[in-house]
Amino acid sequence: MATRLQFENNCEVGVFSKLTNKYCLVAIGGSESFYSVFESELADVIPVVKTSISGTRIVGRMCAGNKNGLLLPHTTTDQELQHMRNCLPDDVVVQRVEERLSALGNCISCNDHVALTHPDLDRETEELIADVLGVEVFRQTIAGNILVGSFCVFSNRGGMVHPHTSIEDLDELSTLLQVPLVAGTVNRGSEVIAGGMTVNDWTAFCGADTTATELSVIESVFKLREAQPTAIVDEMRRSLIDTYV
Amino acid sequence: MAVNPSNQPSAGMFFPTQTPGTVLCCTCGVPMAPNPANMCVRCLRLRVDITEGLPRQATVNFCPDCSSYLQPPNKWMRFNLESQELLHFLVKRLHTRFSRLVTVCHAEFIFTEPHSKRLKIRLRVRREVLNGAVLEQPHIVEFVVHDKLCTPCSRLQANPDQWVAAVQLRQHVTHRRTFLFLEQLILRHGAATRAVRIAAAPHGLDFFFASRSHANRLVDFLNSVAPIHFRTDKQLVSHDEKSSVYNYKHTFSVEISPICREDLICLPPKVARSLGNLGPLVICTKVSNSIILMDPFTLRVAYINATQYWSDPFRPLLSSRQLVEYSILDIELESDIVTVAGSRYQLASVEVARMSDFSNIFRVKTHIGHLLNVGDNALGYDLFGANTNDMEMDKYKGLVLPECLLVKKSYEETRAKRRGKQRNFKLKRLEVEVDATNGRKGEEDKKNDEYRKFLEELEENPELRFNISLYKNENYEPSEMGSSMADVDETPSVPVEELVADLEDLDITDDQD
Repeated sequence: MATRLQFENNCEVGVFSKLTNKYCLVAIGGSESFYSVFESELADVIPVVKTSISGTRIVGRMCAGNKNGLLLPHTTTDQELQHMRNCLPDDVVVQRVEERLSALGNCISCNDHVALTHPDLDRETEELIADVLGVEVFRQTIAGNILVGSFCVFSNRGGMVHPHTSIEDLDELSTLLQVPLVAGTVNRGSEVIAGGMTVNDWTAFCGADTTATELSVIESVFKLREAQPTAIVDEMRRSLIDTYV
Repeated sequence: MAVNPSNQPSAGMFFPTQTPGTVLCCTCGVPMAPNPANMCVRCLRLRVDITEGLPRQATVNFCPDCSSYLQPPNKWMRFNLESQELLHFLVKRLHTRFSRLVTVCHAEFIFTEPHSKRLKIRLRVRREVLNGAVLEQPHIVEFVVHDKLCTPCSRLQANPDQWVAAVQLRQHVTHRRTFLFLEQLILRHGAATRAVRIAAAPHGLDFFFASRSHANRLVDFLNSVAPIHFRTDKQLVSHDEKSSVYNYKHTFSVEISPICREDLICLPPKVARSLGNLGPLVICTKVSNSIILMDPFTLRVAYINATQYWSDPFRPLLSSRQLVEYSILDIELESDIVTVAGSRYQLASVEVARMSDFSNIFRVKTHIGHLLNVGDNALGYDLFGANTNDMEMDKYKGLVLPECLLVKKSYEETRAKRRGKQRNFKLKRLEVEVDATNGRKGEEDKKNDEYRKFLEELEENPELRFNISLYKNENYEPSEMGSSMADVDETPSVPVEELVADLEDLDITDDQD
């Protein structure tokens, strides 16, 4: 299910958090309420880590990651890097990237198999993304915007892009990503989709301004209604048992 | 709706076709084309009213007498109902209150009854709402028209004959030539267009103005075209001590020197000395803001400006009304043709007799020898028969006066043939109010005669025409070829190229449209 929340009266929750299938990063806020929403939704499934990146709270915009790894900008301090290595599961590779464009969250958008990147990213960074995150990398723009990390969000089950994306672009992107895509908005008409929400395969967190219509679009395209952390296993077990019986 | 940028000229680049997608309206879920607010127009309208805070009523002040509208603080502008200018004026009145909030992209009038004292305009206003989405909406503003007399009209209501400044222009001579010429100069330069009223007065004209500066302008103009001196006076009409407001009536008393072109002058000894012993008998050849005097026996010329003149004023000995016609009996040229102060002269010795009596034949010197032939007529001053009582002349001991002094060639005989026919040009006239009550007998004839003489002078003297506008006479018909050819050669007339097409006629037709 999708959850509506806000970070200190700010609806851009995608800025202050990073959600993947294996872990969740949350900014250190003045109050515990933001963290506790994540905690209550995710605590028994994946670790929720409170951290800052290079001393800022905009963790969602500074890093890029999926279940295989986490890329941090070169401005990340050693303590933060160490803290994240300690808290994240052992099979998640945490890697610092020497990249001029340090807001990696704005430049890279990925699920567990594919990543879209800013067209001007270094070649070394591109290789690093492919190695650390274990994904295929495509340099792309979304509706003419080069900040692909800001204007699209996708999980392994679906994705949402900038509302101005043309139908041809939408087809091309969904062919690349192999997931169904839809043009949409969050936070009552905001185009900065990755800023307004963060999503993984079974849950999503949206800004408090998100309307019911937007929420229903999000839930349907990311297939969150039937989703549970254990849904895949359940399905597998059912089929196993099916064959077994 | 497929937008294909590839049909723009872009150096053979390939652009894939771009089909704009649809998104759901973020509040009502209706599919729609994406816009900056990502909200359908209906939802946007529900959320925001862009005309909020815009005035729906305003007032304008209107002067019913001159049908003009007040542009604060104190400018009155005349517009027709439902005209573009009025619309522009009304929208401008709203500008200060609108510009902070919205931009006006269209305006039109909604019909209202002319006597309803309402003006309604429909505006289309634009305003930016929610992340750069621009919304456009009609907005109707009703203007209430308040009647208020404008300052000039209210003054006129109180006293229709109100003036603040008067210019009393006078020249103490027996003829009106100067004023006929000045009238043309004033018309040409528009020097008295602001005059409330122009009235004829003995020996001159009175100009009345609504503002002192307008009168000042006329006086300045006169100062540049004529040798004048003037004094100003003011009379306190009313005053308000508390706000220290004083209302005056200003009077400019302007006097033009009595010296006119072609006048014969006997210079006072003091003036003659200051001009290098000129004269003392001189002829005035030209009057502008200075006076040009010429000694007809030596062709010496002197300029006197207004200040010089008024420090030692003198009067003419004989003026052009006293010119007498002479017949030339013999002529002996004494010099070559010389150009002095822009005009050509030739000294000659001529034998002349008065047309009126041939018993006396005189031999005199003249400065217009190049114009005269034996048998011609010329106009001159008859000093032989004149009874002069000039104080200045008595101061010269042993001054020998010539019997006559020729001034110009006479075209009277040839003129007589043409009299009564139309001229090929006409002049504008100032609208001068004449007090008809104390008109003397024969005044009208005298006026017409003077005007005719003035027109003839214009024909003779291209220098006079230089500064004034002559208009084509549409009614003029050139006379039959055979008889007119001889006339054209002899009598001077105005070349057609100098004439200006009459604009006044055009104006009249425009008004009727």
